[in-house]
Amino acid sequence: MAKLRTWLPWLLLVAAALILPAILPPFRLNLLGRFLSLGIVALGIDLIWGFTGMLSLGQGIFFALGGYAIGMHLQLLSLAPGELPEFFGLYGVKQLPVFWQPFQSFVFTGLCVWVLPALVAGVLGYLVFRNRIKGVYFSILTQAALLVFFNFFNGQQKLINGTNGLKTDTARIFGELVGSDAMQRNLFWLTVVFVMAAWLLCRWLTRGRFGDALIAIRDDEPRLRFTGYNPTAYKTLVFAIAGAMAGVSGALYTVQSGIVSPQYMAVPFSIEMVIWVAVGGRGTLIGAVLGAVLINYAKSLVSEQLPETWLFIQGGLFLLVVTALPDGLVGWWRQGGPRHIKAMVGWPALAPTYPGLDLDPAAQAERQAFRSDLPPGGAP
Amino acid sequence: MDLLYDTLFNGLAIGSVLVLAALGLAVVFGLMGVINMAHGELMMLGAYTTFVVQNLFKNGPLAGLFPIYILVAIPLAFLVSGLAGLLLEKTVIRRLYGRPLETLLATWGVSLILQQFVRSVSSAFVVGLVVAVALGLLAPRLWPSSWAQRRWTPLLAVASWVISGLIGIILANGLGGVRVLDQPWFSARNLDVTAPLWLRGSVELGGVNMPTARLFIVALTAIALVAVHWFLQKSVWGIRIRAVTQNRSMSDCLGIPTETVDALTFLVGSGLAGVAGVAVTLLGSVGPNLGGNYIVDCFMVVVLGGVGKLLGTVVAALGIGVLSYVIGSGSLLLLWPAMPAGLNELITFFATTSMAKVLVFALIVVFLQFRPAGLFPQKGRLVEA
Amino acid sequence: MTASIAVPLVAPLLELRGVSVSFDGFWALNDLNLSLAPGELRAVIGPNGAGKTTFLDVITGKVRPTKGDVVFRGRSLLGIAEHRIARLGIGRKFQTPRVYQNLSPRRNLELAVKGSHSPFNLLLGSLDSRQRQRVQELLAVVGLEAHASRRAGSLSHGQKQWLEIAMLLAQDPYVLLVDEPVAGLSEEETERTGALLRSLAGDHTVLVIEHDMDFIRELDCPVTVLHEGHVLCEGTMETVQSDPRVIEVYLGVEDDV
Repeated sequence: MAKLRTWLPWLLLVAAALILPAILPPFRLNLLGRFLSLGIVALGIDLIWGFTGMLSLGQGIFFALGGYAIGMHLQLLSLAPGELPEFFGLYGVKQLPVFWQPFQSFVFTGLCVWVLPALVAGVLGYLVFRNRIKGVYFSILTQAALLVFFNFFNGQQKLINGTNGLKTDTARIFGELVGSDAMQRNLFWLTVVFVMAAWLLCRWLTRGRFGDALIAIRDDEPRLRFTGYNPTAYKTLVFAIAGAMAGVSGALYTVQSGIVSPQYMAVPFSIEMVIWVAVGGRGTLIGAVLGAVLINYAKSLVSEQLPETWLFIQGGLFLLVVTALPDGLVGWWRQGGPRHIKAMVGWPALAPTYPGLDLDPAAQAERQAFRSDLPPGGAP
Repeated sequence: MDLLYDTLFNGLAIGSVLVLAALGLAVVFGLMGVINMAHGELMMLGAYTTFVVQNLFKNGPLAGLFPIYILVAIPLAFLVSGLAGLLLEKTVIRRLYGRPLETLLATWGVSLILQQFVRSVSSAFVVGLVVAVALGLLAPRLWPSSWAQRRWTPLLAVASWVISGLIGIILANGLGGVRVLDQPWFSARNLDVTAPLWLRGSVELGGVNMPTARLFIVALTAIALVAVHWFLQKSVWGIRIRAVTQNRSMSDCLGIPTETVDALTFLVGSGLAGVAGVAVTLLGSVGPNLGGNYIVDCFMVVVLGGVGKLLGTVVAALGIGVLSYVIGSGSLLLLWPAMPAGLNELITFFATTSMAKVLVFALIVVFLQFRPAGLFPQKGRLVEA
Repeated sequence: MTASIAVPLVAPLLELRGVSVSFDGFWALNDLNLSLAPGELRAVIGPNGAGKTTFLDVITGKVRPTKGDVVFRGRSLLGIAEHRIARLGIGRKFQTPRVYQNLSPRRNLELAVKGSHSPFNLLLGSLDSRQRQRVQELLAVVGLEAHASRRAGSLSHGQKQWLEIAMLLAQDPYVLLVDEPVAGLSEEETERTGALLRSLAGDHTVLVIEHDMDFIRELDCPVTVLHEGHVLCEGTMETVQSDPRVIEVYLGVEDDV
């Protein structure tokens, strides 16, 4: 029985992953795949914010780096030898820039997608954490870093096509167009696998003593330091891991949306990522994924119907979650939120005074019998 | 040499706007430890206020006063942004006291709402909004008082707000059918504020050509600085603000109304953002995204300047402003034509506004490696309490 | 000038030599000299603002002295990061109990227990049986066995104080720096805490900072009085209490605020 309970969610997930492609139209499936891939970056944010207490407003950097890595690879993939990606011609670039060269290799790209963001995150994080910069200072520094990367990528036409970004859907993998329905279905499955893997990774990280140390950093960092721990090492490591997850997420998102551009590093997008986690429930892993999928689904629905109201809704959501639902939907659910609502409308659950006695089936049966003896209208 | 002064002067003007913009943010951050992400949008409100005042003075009976409309706009912008900030403090920030990261997110939410507000505000919209808020506030008085203590009272409160909101939306939509009422006041377009004639010329000073608009900004900043300095050092409420900044619980014990102090500080800080918004209209057009262009720079000023000292804010803002301008405008190349080729290339690489930001930020991060608490850190045992 | 105190025959374990700390011109510590012998139990008292907490901050590396030196087992501690000082064997209990509120007492102790504290070790390794046993022992010592799996945040004030002391013991340090261990405890709890601290001396060197004079008397150990950042006098509780300077400092004849 216990075994079934642990395996059932996974079985359901696998079943859903197999059935959904058959019943959803390709457009909706593609959207779902994209939103799921955003769940991975949300998991990373949950790790650093929900567990370790560091609010990064710059995850877009790592997200976009992952996206650019795969984007560059796909740009090069279907070129004849000696050919250059088309956009270079516009700026009069005759030779492939040096840093593009290694992206011809799939293995290198596959590594780069997560190692590069992890490295950047590690170095940035180390420089900040080393100086014990935390709290809002950390948040606004990450935001500034994000803006810097955004400006850099936006301004460098000759290196990475600037504002226009890199298109990926016209490239071919194994002779199949990346933008084709069949390929998108495969990418959907790949995303599902990666989300599960990311979830398992986070669970492994947060379950044991390592996770305890993260929570200790969040709750009382100086105390941990005086116990002989070096919080800088932990924070740097976990920030790098979150960076790597953002990179993978960005790569998956890029191949499913067909383009990577500096917009992935826009300031609002990175803050949105945080709100997915806040709405889902920080400190709960499943909440991060749920939040990412739900909010983005809502966003796409609202934007299709009433685009001008989305900012109102989103702003309201920020306010609502922060003031009324600090633990997010999953946290609210786990803390008995629905029970409270039910209690408000008049069906309060009986709180057992003496659980050993009151919950005894024999005692309950007796009470039932006693009740039915009373005349209708209740006790005197 | 003239070129050097020219560059420095322009950098100073940019830096002055940054001083004005960051001043309010720094005062609030120093007092409450709160970073107000909507600060840029409060600036935007100030800028839109200037636009409205300008329109009022353009035609009609007040047209004769057009040359001095900006002097009317300054206090008005202070008031509009200040009151908006006060409302923000009373409704949102107060509830999140001691949770700075949540405050950050909540104020970001507010900034989104404000941005969309100026895009879609129209007469119909305002009527709907006012009716919805009035209904929501009045609803509890319409119920029998016995309803106030029920189990389901919270649900009722939520429901009444939802219903008021819906009524407001329906009303706004209905009124939207009337063309005049549906016309957006500002729309999403960028608007140009016409400066009075005397702010469009320039003055020759020591062989340097100084646009009067920029001189005006520098002067405005200086006046604002003196005023804030006087307020904090000499006025009763200023002394209270400083007392709360240094030790909140002690001040509370001594009978200083800390809540009022918070509200007042927020009002003043937000009002300063409004004044900064007036200054910004002299440099470029006004749009819903105006705030976003300044806010990250303001944050950098706060990080670099440290908390609790006006001087830190001023030095950091001017430093960032001048440096960004000098690098971004590429005037270094003009100043020093005989530069070695390698350096020349490097400086050309960074000689755009956005690339200058890249370099300045890198320099800030390097600086923080040596002085993590900023230029003028507070010392003592309480700092990390 | 220092009152009679037995000069230790062994080399001191921890020594502060002429330590001064200045905060923006205010001297929180002023030429402070103090030495602790191995296995010693020492109480430090002093009026508010005497520099007691700063003194602990200096030893544990949180504050770097403006002048002077801190020597631990023949090695200077200046410029060494807090976590390294802690690993060298100096444990600290804070004034208000600071435990990890969202973790259970057992997990609190598992984090503190002696062993490698590197992230990779925490991820890939697990506690060995000796460490597990130590955690269990310590839970028993401070009487928290029954509450081992509750959230530490829901413990009573006294239980938190003890949990923090247990965390300190789990580190197995040479020196325990204990800041106000009985603040807010009941009489019975105070007594038990005193007994616990006395029993630790000998194996460990214990330095207790306390305001509660009865408690200090109970500890029955040498007392150091701090005033305005330097040592006013040292000696047994009796000698210290009869010292006119101490009386002056505590009762405030002059400008003592």
